[in-house]
Amino acid sequence: MSAFVGKYTEELIKTAKYIATPGKGILAADESTGTIGKRFSSINVENIESNRQALRELLFTSPGALPCLSGVILFEETLYQKTSDGKPFVDFLLENGVIPGIKVDKGVVDLAGTNGETTTQGLDSLGSRCQEYYKAGARFAKWRAVLKIGATEPSELSIQENAKGLARYAIICQENGLVPIVEPEVLTDGSHDIKKCAAVTEAVLAAVYKALNDHHVLLEGTLLKPNMVTPGSDSAKVAPEVIAEYTVNALRRTVPPAVPGIVFLSGGQSEEEATLNLNAMNKLDVLKPWTLTFSFGRALQQSTLKAWAGKTENVAKAQATFLARCKANSDATLAKYIGGTSNDSAASESLFVKGYKY
Amino acid sequence: MSSLTTKFADELIANAAYIGTPGKGILAADESTGTIGKRLSSINVENVESNRRALRELLFTAPGALPCLSGVILFEETLYQKSSNGTPFVDILKEGGVLPGIKVDKGTVELAGTNGETTTQGLDGLGDRCKKYYEAGARFAKWRAVLKIGQNEPSELAIHENAYGLARYAVICQENGLVPIVEPEILVDGSHDIHKCAAVTERVLAACYKALSDHHVLLEGTLLKPNMVTPGSESAKVAPEVIAEHTVRALQRTVPAAVPAIVFLSGGQSEEEATRNLNAMNQLKTKKPWWLSFSFGRALQQSTLKTWGGKEENVKKAQEAFLVRCKANSQATLGAYKGDAQLGEGAAESLHVKDYKY
Repeated sequence: MSAFVGKYTEELIKTAKYIATPGKGILAADESTGTIGKRFSSINVENIESNRQALRELLFTSPGALPCLSGVILFEETLYQKTSDGKPFVDFLLENGVIPGIKVDKGVVDLAGTNGETTTQGLDSLGSRCQEYYKAGARFAKWRAVLKIGATEPSELSIQENAKGLARYAIICQENGLVPIVEPEVLTDGSHDIKKCAAVTEAVLAAVYKALNDHHVLLEGTLLKPNMVTPGSDSAKVAPEVIAEYTVNALRRTVPPAVPGIVFLSGGQSEEEATLNLNAMNKLDVLKPWTLTFSFGRALQQSTLKAWAGKTENVAKAQATFLARCKANSDATLAKYIGGTSNDSAASESLFVKGYKY
Repeated sequence: MSSLTTKFADELIANAAYIGTPGKGILAADESTGTIGKRLSSINVENVESNRRALRELLFTAPGALPCLSGVILFEETLYQKSSNGTPFVDILKEGGVLPGIKVDKGTVELAGTNGETTTQGLDGLGDRCKKYYEAGARFAKWRAVLKIGQNEPSELAIHENAYGLARYAVICQENGLVPIVEPEILVDGSHDIHKCAAVTERVLAACYKALSDHHVLLEGTLLKPNMVTPGSESAKVAPEVIAEHTVRALQRTVPAAVPAIVFLSGGQSEEEATRNLNAMNQLKTKKPWWLSFSFGRALQQSTLKTWGGKEENVKKAQEAFLVRCKANSQATLGAYKGDAQLGEGAAESLHVKDYKY
């Protein structure tokens, strides 16, 4: 057969299409316990379950925010948590038209014989884990593959391993009712120019779509979460219009029209940068057969975290900050964003961390 | 780099886009001397150069026909021929707004160890040949790869060999200013159903686009010439709408939006079938980021040939028959064909020849 057709086919197609609704996007709130710990320590908050629950409740119950979102990616712990008045987060999100998603990978491990390149683990018992997550209310999943640019990187081994891992993950998800977000992140670290990033991104995406085809993945029931095409972190910045042009060209050359939506990761970009770039892409006057939207973690939460600082008395202010970023990005998906409206210096702060580990 | 750097880039992109102009398509008149011999013998015409020349003159000077065409594929002999008043054919075409193209492959040879599968030859000295053809006025090229459906076919070997042969041919063409038409024909022979054809077509096209990516081909300066997705020749026929649905879906799953146009081969379809199927595709309401047009040989010339019968006194009537098919297909590219074309002799006749050899 060409694409896998199972009992969830119609639902997968519908869910993927909904997540790609113009005007909406994804909040990536799936930081592992370790990673959220780093965020907390930057605002002097203790990394305990009640604080992790409090942060996510702050985000999800922000007045006016959920209409800007079509999905939220959760870490396993959060999938089973409740609001302070006892309602499961999952139910709260669904009631507000937001689909819960779940991070299912188990992090990266080094590929022996390479120069620090990695592959992603998490395939063992993935099928049964997906079934459990589906029962708990999740309807999409996310798996992050990581590649880097260097003198001899990414190597053919790294590209093949990561592409095939993504394909295996994707088909297992679809067999169990979860829309797989396919995330082949090419890190920004390095002194390369934007053309190099474009070349690597195109080669990686071509390998990913070949692997998805080999594994009979139903493209209409997937989403892509790629990096934007930018100069390396050690290189001079360029205008959003340039990033938009290179990014959309790379996608036009590699992502089949059957994919309903592309949900960009923000990498180390500041909140404002990420929004301006997304906006520029949607303004670009070229044929784009998929919607272009966001799946932001740091670029949606950074200033909100700072405003909250773990204090109950700051919640309303933090929620207003979060709403502002949600609206900005919602506008960006419709090419309506007018930048520079945020007074928050945090919104312009680069979120780049060299060799970033989730 | 992502795609090759060539001084011809802008020209390739402009020519590829022009060939895809809605309302126009390609006349495949590149039958080799041997193949045209079979056509001529079917109407009792001697296979001599003057007759081959006369046939092509009949087609290229048919009143009203050239406006329906954006390109004509020629065999090498024809590229250097003239009309009876001494005007080179390439000039007649150019003056009529039609780009001359050239068949550059050297036919198929068997792949040892397979069940009659083939690969295509023609890479030796291809660069120099392309340069000469460009000097003679050609602006695009065509290379036909052939695959078949069977118990164990197409094999991974056949898919890989043909895909990578196409990719090598494509990049050599682009280095020398010719837009490569990429033609991975899956023969209609067999008793398989339309789903099988769809699965194979998707697999083959995915392999082609991976190969083109590996070889740094500039997709914006290429065209695709695929088979339509149909049941096998020994299976029951289906409606044009069904063919349209399966064909466009297969293309959505595999052909990047950067490819400006898809120009279908007619395989063994009758003139009328091929037109109706193309029309149905252009009426389909779904994502189609590439123009859908025709590159027909038999399906444009069959009734014209019969009407001509090699006789001077039949030329005018034959040219009228040719114009009927050109107009019908021109309308089909706009989804505007009403099925009311005056059927010429043999227009509804299947042109399928089992295990067809060019």
